[in-house]
Amino acid sequence: MKLSAKHSTLLLLALIIALAPIFFPSAYYFRIGSVVFVNAVAVVGIVILTGYAGQISLGHAGFSGIGGYACALAPVHLGLHPALAAVLGAVVSGVMAYLVGRPILRLKGYYLAVASLGFGILVSMVLANETAITGGPDGIKVADLGLRTLLADAGVPLTNAQFWYAFSGICLLIGSWLALNLHDSPTGRALRALHGSEIAARTVGVDVARAKVTAFVISAVYASVAGSLIALQNRMITPDVAGYMHSIEMVTMAVLGGAGSVLGAILGATILTLLPQALTVFQQYEQIMLGLVMMLVMIFMREGLLPSLTALVRGRGE
Amino acid sequence: MSLLAVEGLGIRFGGLHAVKDVGFSLKAGEIVSVIGPNGAGKTTLFNMISGVYTPGSGRVLLEGEDVTGLDPYLLARRGLSRTFQNLQIFQAMTVLENVMSGFHLRERGPVLADLFALPGSRRRSREAEEGARRLLARVGLERAAEREAGALSYGALKRLEIARALALEPKILLLDEPAAGCNAVETEEIDHLIAEVAAEGTAILLVEHDMKMVMRISNHIVVLDHGEKIAEGDPAAVSRDPRVIEAYLGAQAQESTHAHG
Repeated sequence: MKLSAKHSTLLLLALIIALAPIFFPSAYYFRIGSVVFVNAVAVVGIVILTGYAGQISLGHAGFSGIGGYACALAPVHLGLHPALAAVLGAVVSGVMAYLVGRPILRLKGYYLAVASLGFGILVSMVLANETAITGGPDGIKVADLGLRTLLADAGVPLTNAQFWYAFSGICLLIGSWLALNLHDSPTGRALRALHGSEIAARTVGVDVARAKVTAFVISAVYASVAGSLIALQNRMITPDVAGYMHSIEMVTMAVLGGAGSVLGAILGATILTLLPQALTVFQQYEQIMLGLVMMLVMIFMREGLLPSLTALVRGRGE
Repeated sequence: MSLLAVEGLGIRFGGLHAVKDVGFSLKAGEIVSVIGPNGAGKTTLFNMISGVYTPGSGRVLLEGEDVTGLDPYLLARRGLSRTFQNLQIFQAMTVLENVMSGFHLRERGPVLADLFALPGSRRRSREAEEGARRLLARVGLERAAEREAGALSYGALKRLEIARALALEPKILLLDEPAAGCNAVETEEIDHLIAEVAAEGTAILLVEHDMKMVMRISNHIVVLDHGEKIAEGDPAAVSRDPRVIEAYLGAQAQESTHAHG
């Protein structure tokens, strides 16, 4: 039986996640791997918003902030299990995205980019300044997810880094599966149609304002889950997670790899997460690097790394 | 009762009265053409009827109901579909997906079902795909189904847009220059297709520059000049009308003076 493009993509991704540890020189790489996966989860959300629906958000880190702080605050104040706190964060992020997106997405043009930028800054300011609740700029501690202990009791002992590598890898697989399902579904076609030609999408009956809100809400949930994973993994969270630079980073990762393709976005997230790790000199110049990458991609490969390379290989093959 | 009725429709762009007090009506199965020199306001009229522009004055009635200024997606739900003079294709999607998107109103369902690829969602996609393949065969594009739409020739894209519009199973179909840029064979194919669709009961409003085609397939012709209706009637009557001849010859005379000057 021939595998569909969706299933072969997922299989490839699963194989890479499962087999990469063979090549890890030290246990530290499990930690880097899990950071890559968490970033990739957020970026897959950007693929749905930007790659499918053609909308740009510069404030998605705000939703990561909501997801992250939900995991810190809900267990303390509401007595929720951290896993349920992450779900609560996702729901709150989805509702916020709906409330923020609904009035803005009726308008055409770049209103969403500007308004979402404002939203992201607002969230990070609240997180940094409401010291009594959020702990302020120094951040706040996050409860243990508890799953690793359960696994150990069940006879699967994993180190903390190994556990988070596997857990965020599985989250990325699920996130990719959902995004790939969406791509070839009626909703996905409506989103891609409005990206291609908004007027033609309206003509075939797509309620474009609603379709944009749908994409915005779904991608906000992805960002929120990524924020929750950061919080749970680090056992603490700071307002940086909601920061403006984090939003720009997400968009750059998506654009670098190819905003239209899930695999491309994951590649983009991988490269931009690994580069600063691999070349320590970059760490000081991370912002410059992001800007440079963005410019070079826009000038030389509008489609992003993966689609451009694929086209190149196909072109040579013919 | 007429399927579509336009009453006193007009719009201004700044100081320019682009369309002024235009009215006509369409019955099921009828082919009505709007003709006129370049800049007569044909596409503007189309854009008002299809909800792209909000008319400054007048009314558009769909099956007797006032739908003036309704968004195109709401008009689509009421059975009005259109194509565009300057193609509006979903370039990054395949030919098949372009036509499948025309099934949006029938294939849409809960977003969660689509995210989790539940059986209902997959069934709806499959049905849209089957319908889209039938329509592609109808416009002669079945072999291009899996290609990216952006790679198609202009004439093929014109037919693709018609297939997408037909996917809505519209009661009223607005075709804006469906044969523009097509060769003689393609024009004849489109010609047959339009007649076939009308025979099935769809009302067709057509803007077209190919006069032979217009005269051959129209039941009724509306002539615009400088945004105003200067004549209407059956093809024979319109082609004899002195105002029509003058509008066309006048425009040609102006163009040739322009070219020589």
